[in-house]
Amino acid sequence: MSVSKNKATNLLRSSEKSSLRRFLVLYFILVVMILSLLGIFYYQSKEKLMYFNQRATLLTYAHEQIQQLRQLHQEFPQKTAYPRSSEFRSAIYDIERLKIFSTLKNQDINFDKEIYKKNNTIRFMTYLDDYYLGAKYLFIEIDEDKEWYSSVMMEIFTFGTIILIVLAVFGIFFVNLFLRPMKNSIMLLDNFIKDTTHELNTPISAILANVEMMDLDIMAEKNRKKLSRINIAAKTVSHLYQDLTYLTLDQNRKSNDEWIDLKKLIEDRVEYFAILAGSKKVTFELDLNYSTIFIDGVKIARVIDNLISNAIKYNKRGGKIEITLRKDYFIVKDSGIGIEAEQVNDIFERYTRFNSSEGGFGIGLNIVKSIIEEYSLKISVSSVLKEGTSIRVDFLKGTVDDK
Amino acid sequence: MINKIALVLLLTLSLTGKELEVELEKKYNVYKQHCLPCHEHLPYSLEKIYMLYLKTFSGELTFKASLKAFLKEPMEETSVMPDEWIENFSVKEKTILTDKELDEAIDSYWELYDVRNKLH
Repeated sequence: MSVSKNKATNLLRSSEKSSLRRFLVLYFILVVMILSLLGIFYYQSKEKLMYFNQRATLLTYAHEQIQQLRQLHQEFPQKTAYPRSSEFRSAIYDIERLKIFSTLKNQDINFDKEIYKKNNTIRFMTYLDDYYLGAKYLFIEIDEDKEWYSSVMMEIFTFGTIILIVLAVFGIFFVNLFLRPMKNSIMLLDNFIKDTTHELNTPISAILANVEMMDLDIMAEKNRKKLSRINIAAKTVSHLYQDLTYLTLDQNRKSNDEWIDLKKLIEDRVEYFAILAGSKKVTFELDLNYSTIFIDGVKIARVIDNLISNAIKYNKRGGKIEITLRKDYFIVKDSGIGIEAEQVNDIFERYTRFNSSEGGFGIGLNIVKSIIEEYSLKISVSSVLKEGTSIRVDFLKGTVDDK
Repeated sequence: MINKIALVLLLTLSLTGKELEVELEKKYNVYKQHCLPCHEHLPYSLEKIYMLYLKTFSGELTFKASLKAFLKEPMEETSVMPDEWIENFSVKEKTILTDKELDEAIDSYWELYDVRNKLH
């Protein structure tokens, strides 16, 4: 049970995976934005607290400086040295905001704020009631306490990270909670297919073996046609059975790679599907050159079977299937219903069918895709609605016999 | 050619400099002739009065405008001088200078005692 559960979990459709990814990215961005906002608010409140603490000190310095300016004003011009302190720097500006004298590090002044930070310094502005030396504004500047800044940043970073981790855990928990019904559905379907597959094997094999053994020569034409229909129906079920077996059992088995003669394989499979194609009056046009590929025989047979089977299934009555084989690629082209451009990328999704009137579980092309990906082959689909679909499989260097 | 241009520029600049000097001298003469003679004999120096004005008005434009207004219409209420001074010397008489002369005198007065030039 646990194996099938894991398998079901891994078998999420790529669209669902992408929805999941999008949800997680959105969730992450939202969480980071909220945390950043909280961080900014926290920083601002701490900054206000710092200003509040510094304001008392700066106010004391300002009073000190005003006393010094008063004294200088009275003794001017006998004394002309601007009062300086080792604790702070200062500047005086007149009522027209023109500088009278300044010992500030930077002369860029803001008259609109009582207290503010500027280039690693804190500035405090106060007004003079008596304009000593013509000064209306007095600025007091001290160096910023760096310890305050680093401790606040450390707090924000630490708490931010902890909250981010907690919210990430919540996020994963909620995603799993939301995905559980979806996973359960896929698991249920997988389990149903797996259980059904076991029950199909014996009757299909018996039907096909008995059909093969029947002597057509002594059979009336009417019965021969009926037998042919039985053969087609049995082969269709057999094809489905093989897909399901591959999906549920063979997929995870170890590959037994060998050089496969593709021309022979395609001819065999065309012959196998000939009766099925004949029932829809679909004809094959083969243009096959010799080519070999290093691959597991069962897997490449699944690829070709599914491509041919789909070409028959979605073909129009009296249509044709062109199969071209060259040294490093093959193309299966039908003259069927075609696929809308926006749906082309979805055809490899599991349980996707484009025509509900046709049978099947929508797993054939998903199997093709998994095999193509396993052997790093390249598959490309081009389709025109109501004209047909062409699927090309390219073999990459190393998989093709270069001799 | 470049030397000639430089010479012309130098002469122009020196002329401009000289003109400025003459202008300043002219402004100072108004101040010297119409302000100094009386204030020389008073116990409050002009510099002290300047500091009183500066403490009350701040800023060059405000300073000059207030002083000009007072000189044109002197009143006890608008004087910055201490009460003892007013009691002893009363308020000065209206100026007889023209607006232009008054501006020139005040400009010289401001320049002469500007604290910006003296603080260090």
